[in-house]
Amino acid sequence: MAILTSDIWPTLDYSRVPFRLYHDAEIYAREQERIFRGPVWSYLCLDAEIPNPGDFRATYVGETPIIVNRDETGAVKAFVNRCAHRGARVRRELSGNAKNHICIYHQWCYGLDGRLTAIPFRRGIRGKGGLDASFDMCEHGLRPLQVGNVNGVLFGTIAGDAEPLEDYLGAPIIAELRRLFERPVRVLGYTRQRVRGNWKLYAENTRDNYHASLLHEFLVTFGLDRSTQVGGVRMDARHRHNITWAEAGSDTDEFAHQAYGSAQVRNDYLSLKEPELVRFRPERNDNLGLVVTSVFPSAVFAQISNSLAVREIRPRGIDEFEVFQTMIGYADDPPEMTLHRLHQANLVGPAGLVSMEDGEAIEIVHRTSKPEPERTTIIELGGGGVISDRDYRVTDVPLRGFWSYYAELMGIEPAGAVR
Amino acid sequence: MSADRGAVQDLLAEYGALIDAAKFDEWLGLFAAECCYQVLPRENYDRGLPVALIFCDSRALLEDRIRALREANKYNIHTDRHIIGLPRILMHAADGPTVEAPFAVYQTDQEGETRLFATGIYRDRLERASGRLTIRDKLILLDTFAIPSLLATPL
Repeated sequence: MAILTSDIWPTLDYSRVPFRLYHDAEIYAREQERIFRGPVWSYLCLDAEIPNPGDFRATYVGETPIIVNRDETGAVKAFVNRCAHRGARVRRELSGNAKNHICIYHQWCYGLDGRLTAIPFRRGIRGKGGLDASFDMCEHGLRPLQVGNVNGVLFGTIAGDAEPLEDYLGAPIIAELRRLFERPVRVLGYTRQRVRGNWKLYAENTRDNYHASLLHEFLVTFGLDRSTQVGGVRMDARHRHNITWAEAGSDTDEFAHQAYGSAQVRNDYLSLKEPELVRFRPERNDNLGLVVTSVFPSAVFAQISNSLAVREIRPRGIDEFEVFQTMIGYADDPPEMTLHRLHQANLVGPAGLVSMEDGEAIEIVHRTSKPEPERTTIIELGGGGVISDRDYRVTDVPLRGFWSYYAELMGIEPAGAVR
Repeated sequence: MSADRGAVQDLLAEYGALIDAAKFDEWLGLFAAECCYQVLPRENYDRGLPVALIFCDSRALLEDRIRALREANKYNIHTDRHIIGLPRILMHAADGPTVEAPFAVYQTDQEGETRLFATGIYRDRLERASGRLTIRDKLILLDTFAIPSLLATPL
């Protein structure tokens, strides 16, 4: 494909991204191959969701369907959820407990290790029909993923050539996962949202510190989160992942009033009839009220006040993606804390008081950028040039980190580009 | 009992019409002084998981939700159309019946394109006070739990 070369980038610091990258079907196909089936680690599910032998969950890596299960020995195994025979989806249910996985089409049977264990009429009937004796069942199991685990968070990789998980994530991300998953968790529920936009617009959105208090007016109007707070962005060495963080109550109303006022941004603070809805209850020895961790390509770990969640961006073609969100609490939360988390679940997800706008923002970008693929976005808050951590919030520099690694994996990294 | 049925149908018809007309203050007026409103994905309900898309277990929270919708939230510009099916009366009680009704909500954008936005059932505990039925407890069990775009206006 002629258009997909390193010439696609107008600048070497990824401060301009051509709209084409959100709309071209061939680009999408290459992403599935080189990113999702390439040397990345994707979030699969939580250890806590498959506690017992035989427990399974069906998920996706990119658009590839995946089974994650716990085998008889207690080990977690993951494989592509596609029958070796005709390509049918083997496990159709989303979760459950089973001794094996049997394809409904011709009842080929796979063990919890993904090995092909039985084929009906393998030797035919009365010596006629069936498979040739040379057919080797060992060669036709479900394609395995390599699985890694950080504090009960399970990741998988389809390609054989990924670097070790800890190297892939890097020290800041590992530290944040250990912080968020310092105690055993339990799942409180799931939410799903189908957005009519390209999946990368959401990957950018979660790295975009600048939009938060502008698009999500609830944050400022009801005094939950403001750009005047102490906060910033922290990335891994390769700048492919990002942690957006902010300290609760670290600015004064007066300072925020002044800053938003002089920027001509509405900042008349309203009060809630139920202020508990936004009250942050510190849970550890830090004052971080917001930590949004984006792991390349498509996982997000979010602590927004006391709501805790893992989000997966699931691409569904070039023009649509699903945000699958797993809401969690700690296994030892007292009932009263669980109730607080359920109240604060109002803040996030498809109906979230501080998140519903993302769906609309992404859809209007996607729709409007489509007619002129050669035009570009601007990514320059916090300046262009070098990609580095920032200790302020009016920045979108981690988006350039995302594109830098994207370009590398897609084989379109220009000579002399920043990393 | 048949008087109940008429009153239940009137309440449900009013409920849908007020949302579709974006008359949210009057819509709030259909709820009892102490009330609960929640939108629960069927995926969670079936697994016994408590997370709701909207969880207002007090009138204060429900009023805050409507205030935020007006004052802070931005969402797709659209109109809603509620199609509410025939109610089943699940239980008669002295202080009011518990009823269930299927619903569908269509959304129409500014350019006249309509899509099915959501379907599910209402499970309502109603309260009778001074001759009038109000909503004490509304559970919206959402079949369409993969929310198209976003959920802003109440279901």
